[in-house]
Amino acid sequence: MSFILRRLGAIVPTLFFVSVMIFGLQQLLPGDPAIAMAGEERDPNVVAYLRGKFHLDEPLPVRYGYWLKGVVQGDLGESVRIQRPVTELILEKLPITLELAGIAMAIALVIGIGAGIVSAVYKDTWIDYVANVFALWGLSTPNFWLGILLILLFAVKLGWLPASGYVSPFEDLGENLRSMILPAFVLGNALAAVLMRHTRSAMLQVLSSDYVRTARAKGLDERVVILRHALRNALIPVVTLTALQLGELLSGAVLTEQVFSIPGFGKLIVDAVFNRDYSVVQGVVLFTASAYIVLNLLADVAYVLINPRMRA
Amino acid sequence: MLKPIAAAIAAAVLATPLAGAQTLRIGLAEDPDVLDPTLARTFVGRIVFASLCDKLVDIDKDLKIVPQLATSWEWSKDQKSLTMKIRQGVTFHDGEKLDAAAVKFNIERHKTMQGSNRRGELAPVTGVDVVDPYTVRLNLAAPFAPLVAQLADRSGMMVSPKAAQAAGEKFSAHPVCAGPFKFVDRIAQGKISLERFSNYWNKGAIHFDKVTYEPVVDPTVRLANLKSGQLDFIERVNPSDMPALKGDAKLKAAKIVEIGYQGITINIGKSEESQKTALGKDPRVREAFELSLDRDAIVQVAMDGEAVAGNQWVAPTNAWYAKSEPIPKRDVNRAKALLREAGVTNPSFTLLTPTTADAQRVAQVVQSMAKDAGFDVKIQLTEFATTLNLADKGQYEAFVLAWSGRADPDGNVYSHLVSKQPLNYAGYANAEFDKTITESRETNDATQRAKLFEQAAKLEHRDRPIVYLYHRQWLWAHTSRLQGFRPIPDGMVRLQDLKLN
Repeated sequence: MSFILRRLGAIVPTLFFVSVMIFGLQQLLPGDPAIAMAGEERDPNVVAYLRGKFHLDEPLPVRYGYWLKGVVQGDLGESVRIQRPVTELILEKLPITLELAGIAMAIALVIGIGAGIVSAVYKDTWIDYVANVFALWGLSTPNFWLGILLILLFAVKLGWLPASGYVSPFEDLGENLRSMILPAFVLGNALAAVLMRHTRSAMLQVLSSDYVRTARAKGLDERVVILRHALRNALIPVVTLTALQLGELLSGAVLTEQVFSIPGFGKLIVDAVFNRDYSVVQGVVLFTASAYIVLNLLADVAYVLINPRMRA
Repeated sequence: MLKPIAAAIAAAVLATPLAGAQTLRIGLAEDPDVLDPTLARTFVGRIVFASLCDKLVDIDKDLKIVPQLATSWEWSKDQKSLTMKIRQGVTFHDGEKLDAAAVKFNIERHKTMQGSNRRGELAPVTGVDVVDPYTVRLNLAAPFAPLVAQLADRSGMMVSPKAAQAAGEKFSAHPVCAGPFKFVDRIAQGKISLERFSNYWNKGAIHFDKVTYEPVVDPTVRLANLKSGQLDFIERVNPSDMPALKGDAKLKAAKIVEIGYQGITINIGKSEESQKTALGKDPRVREAFELSLDRDAIVQVAMDGEAVAGNQWVAPTNAWYAKSEPIPKRDVNRAKALLREAGVTNPSFTLLTPTTADAQRVAQVVQSMAKDAGFDVKIQLTEFATTLNLADKGQYEAFVLAWSGRADPDGNVYSHLVSKQPLNYAGYANAEFDKTITESRETNDATQRAKLFEQAAKLEHRDRPIVYLYHRQWLWAHTSRLQGFRPIPDGMVRLQDLKLN
């Protein structure tokens, strides 16, 4: 219990440090944000107005104070570009990206683990070679290029799936899934390759172990040996890896969302950086950092609950 | 237990959706900004406004001003007031009446709202009088010829006074105007949905129940959406995709020369940096630079021929183009001679280049052409928002810069070349030029104005703060079922008379 309290206590200074970093790094972006925000036409009145609104004419610590005051009150500010509260934008975008990442993960698990098992079982046969070529291809294909190729094939040539865009599942679940298939596949593709390589090597190790030999010696069906006895043990490192890759998936979503015009979390931050929509950038980064901190805390707590030796 | 759900999902996934025949789906090249005509500041936002908010006046394909919410207008003798007759029977989307009082409210809102981007455009307007319920008079401190053209853009867009007062700063969340379509909803960075306004004053010209705008940033993906039937209409097609479009019977392309320009702005006086290069210091070096360029070749190589070469702030096809100042032919020998005369043999400068595909190609072609005359051009690729900052501070030597253009040539010149104006990145300061352009604002006589613009063009060509290169074609593509699209040089998409068969 005291451990959890101590960890909770550590969150406050960590978050404070993160907020200083976010605010400080933002100042490193070149140029006057008011000018960048005012855009092509740049009316001097508007520049002056933005400067005042964002306290840009005041010293850095004062500006930080204004921002922090808002954040503490749960107010992340407002997007200059479209005049909507940052909190609202985050809550609107996050589910979209989580859905995309979730489907991508499911695709990656099915393809990656499936191909890994098959190529381990059929080691050094043509099946294994094909699976390995697939893995190499998956790892080395850039997201945006694969995305465009798939759009040309499945949307333009075959007409099976929409080329891009997003439909809310509450509006039309079928359309929502149709619009998610291509981006989720593109996003899950690289992960599938990683999972395949790891499943294969873990399976090979397990398949050569004594208990598998015993199982075979007792005359068990090969399918039972592989799926029930070998796979379970082989999956442990794969599961750990999958959890680690989830973060990767979220950052991969940045590019995928751009190509497929999905109005998600990744597109939110990229567009905000290019438009110098500072409140959005700060809000999104702070939110992401907080999420990581909380998840880390939960993981630490889980370790302690599982492993009594860490409760010192 | 899971089987029926899985089956339902599979069925839903495989079912091809039937596109509503009465919906028009438009693909945009960028995500529009705030949907409030007073605060808006992007080109792409104006495309959405074209169906949401009618304006006092509009422009036609020859850039002539035509009536929209105002049926007629007249300048006073001293040219210091503009009287406009407002169309009767027009209502806003919330049922409020559009009358002279509403127009007065809107002009004042544009002029006084915090953060207004229209304040500069309407600066010469000192007050608005309601003459009678359907007549307004805009009073000016001094004659200002470009005013009517300003009213053909966002400054002339009318929003419902009642809705604007009730919503205050939050008006953009649910804009209420008097255009053919009313706002339904918007997913940030995603689709904007509008539906037909049944009391639109010109409803006979509208043939859709709904229109959606979806930003699809990548031009290849945008075109793919059109080809696969997800979109009916796209703007800003990649020039290199135009030949393929011609061979596709299901698609149609449209184009028209823009009102904007593409050119190279040279720092000749914005900061001390301008005096560090021969290019910034000596007009002869700038002339040599211009003579080293073959504009037709730039258009062919960088724009796949989908542009017209130009050397002024308006295109040679524009009525305001000064014919006495034609495009100079490439002349490398003369360029070299000029450099010798200026006493520099291998002038070098850095060309600030935004990371857009067009700008990069232009910079590369310019670099290799200028090399023939002895110029050493270094390309500095920089993200767009940063380029504007550098230009504003004068921390650059030359800059590949585009301007989307305004219907009146004043919108392409005044702010860019008159001394101390906000967009005068070149730091051009020429009293004679300033005087000429200022005079052009003070007369409504088109012949007189054309003469003044011609004089100004001559001065610009002597000093060369901007070397104009070409004018893009606005390129659109749409399903061939769509009929009645009218290309207008401002690049907008007007839905009046458009029909899907």
